[in-house]
Amino acid sequence: MTYSPSPRQQERIAYRRGRAVRSVLLAAASTAVVGTLLAVGITGAPGWTRVKESFFDPDTAVEYLPAILEGLWLNLRLLVVCASLALALGLLVAVLRTLRGPVFFPVRVLATGYTYSFRGLPLIIVIYLFAFGIPGLRLQGTPDVLVLGAGAIIVTYGAYLAEVFRAGIESVHPSQIAAARSLGLSYRQAMRHVVLPQAVRRVAPPLLNDTVALQKDVGLISLAGPIDAIRAAQIGVAQEADFTPYIVAGVLFVLLALPLIAVTDGVTLRAARRQNAGN
Amino acid sequence: MLLSCKNVRKVFGDHVILDGLGLDVAEHEVVALIGASGSGKSTLLRCVNLLTEIDDGTIHLDGDEITDPQADPDVVRQRIGLVFQSYNLFPHMTVLDNITLAPVRVHKRPPAEAKAQAMQWLDRVGLAGKAGAYPDRLSGGQQQRVAIVRALVNNPRLLLLDEVTSALDPELVGEVLTMIRELKGEGMTMVLATHEMGFARQVADRVAFLDGGRVLEQGPPAQVLGDPVEARTRQFLARIIEAGRL
Ligand SMILES: Nc1ncnc2c1ncn2[C@@H]1O[C@H](COP(=O)(O)OP(=O)(O)OP(=O)(O)O)[C@@H](O)[C@H]1O
Ligand SMILES: [Mg+2]
Repeated sequence: MTYSPSPRQQERIAYRRGRAVRSVLLAAASTAVVGTLLAVGITGAPGWTRVKESFFDPDTAVEYLPAILEGLWLNLRLLVVCASLALALGLLVAVLRTLRGPVFFPVRVLATGYTYSFRGLPLIIVIYLFAFGIPGLRLQGTPDVLVLGAGAIIVTYGAYLAEVFRAGIESVHPSQIAAARSLGLSYRQAMRHVVLPQAVRRVAPPLLNDTVALQKDVGLISLAGPIDAIRAAQIGVAQEADFTPYIVAGVLFVLLALPLIAVTDGVTLRAARRQNAGN
Repeated sequence: MLLSCKNVRKVFGDHVILDGLGLDVAEHEVVALIGASGSGKSTLLRCVNLLTEIDDGTIHLDGDEITDPQADPDVVRQRIGLVFQSYNLFPHMTVLDNITLAPVRVHKRPPAEAKAQAMQWLDRVGLAGKAGAYPDRLSGGQQQRVAIVRALVNNPRLLLLDEVTSALDPELVGEVLTMIRELKGEGMTMVLATHEMGFARQVADRVAFLDGGRVLEQGPPAQVLGDPVEARTRQFLARIIEAGRL
């Protein structure tokens, strides 16, 4: 026998469809109202013409776009390198903090001290310390300020990410370790095959969120000298006495962040769904 | 004796859980541990599997002292399987990966061979179709059978079962019991903690009643469950009968 919806179910479907159409219309209307109000409010403001000239000047935008894009390329490379190394460092430190036994006492103390101090220290200070303090030692083979600045970002973000990883590791129930050990797996094997995969999956949303934040903070490296997108924009602003290059850089940063933010939202949504399915 | 526990003591804080406990298990023997909740059944099984360190006494497996502080617990555990009440399958791995993890990583068997053996077992317990499924897609009875298979593929000398049916709905208990009865038929040595006296009667060669941190009374199921000598055993069984679990 083929199934056909009962009259009652058909009524329900029709009702829901009507509601859906109504919601779309309402959303469109309210968007139009808010948009108009904002546009009128901003363009009608007394200082609008001045702001328009000094923040949204198309000629300046076109002139400085290549330099800013070149800077952005540096931001992008820094992001990839800093994010991967900070994630690796964070994971390592989190695992070190779980080690038990007297042999690992100094390792635990170091790892704990590290996460405590670098989470409290403002990134700007760490960058100054690394980029200007380390070369001041005049040691042989001191790397370039770019590398030192990247090191400051990695060390600072590594401390945050270590805490996120640690929360994930602690959220895995001890019975999972007991089950793994009872099968003959060593502590390392149990960590690697049973605890960490579950921990990382659970904290993927906050990890990605921190990566989005890192994406913006790599720009602070310009404080040490290298010309990234923000620094390139700043040079333009100084030359033209016009803030348009900042707007250009800002828009580019948002565009750069969009894919990562979209991935983060997707992963968060999936994690939430899985959580609900589990209950 | 395959397993020999002598004078085992276990203390949590100032709680003495096991107090000079002795228990011997011969090869191919099935021993059921019974006793009130909190009497230390799970603790004893965890001590035998070295998940918990004992505070005194010795435990021998096949004549080797496994509680020797110089013995490698990872190697000892490879000879002992333990199945938990709450299955404890790894939720991020498929059924097949759960089963082949230890054979491949611990026993260094070729993955293809480990997989073939796992499939044979799954086929035997009627779960071949679930090999690629994740544990949360399985019923409790199915998960528990996978957990037992996961312990068995390591070819343990001794299988410890901790209330493997108590988290299951009554209609799912049967499939797990059948599996354990078959294992007994094949000569697997087992120690099982249980609250189900019917289960103890059906599969055990010997029932051991834990009380006050020791084995107070032990013997064939018919004797211990039907005609106990000790007053404490009689009290315990009377309470069980009241609860309708005999
Ligand atoms: N890790 C631990 N720390 C402190 N106390 C513990 C720990 N594990 C068990 N205990 C205590 O030891 C006692 C024995 O527990 P155990 O789980 O062995 O009992 P059981 O006989 O298995 O009980 P049940 O039938 O309810 O499973 C209990 O009082 C329990 O609270
Ligand atoms: Mg128990």
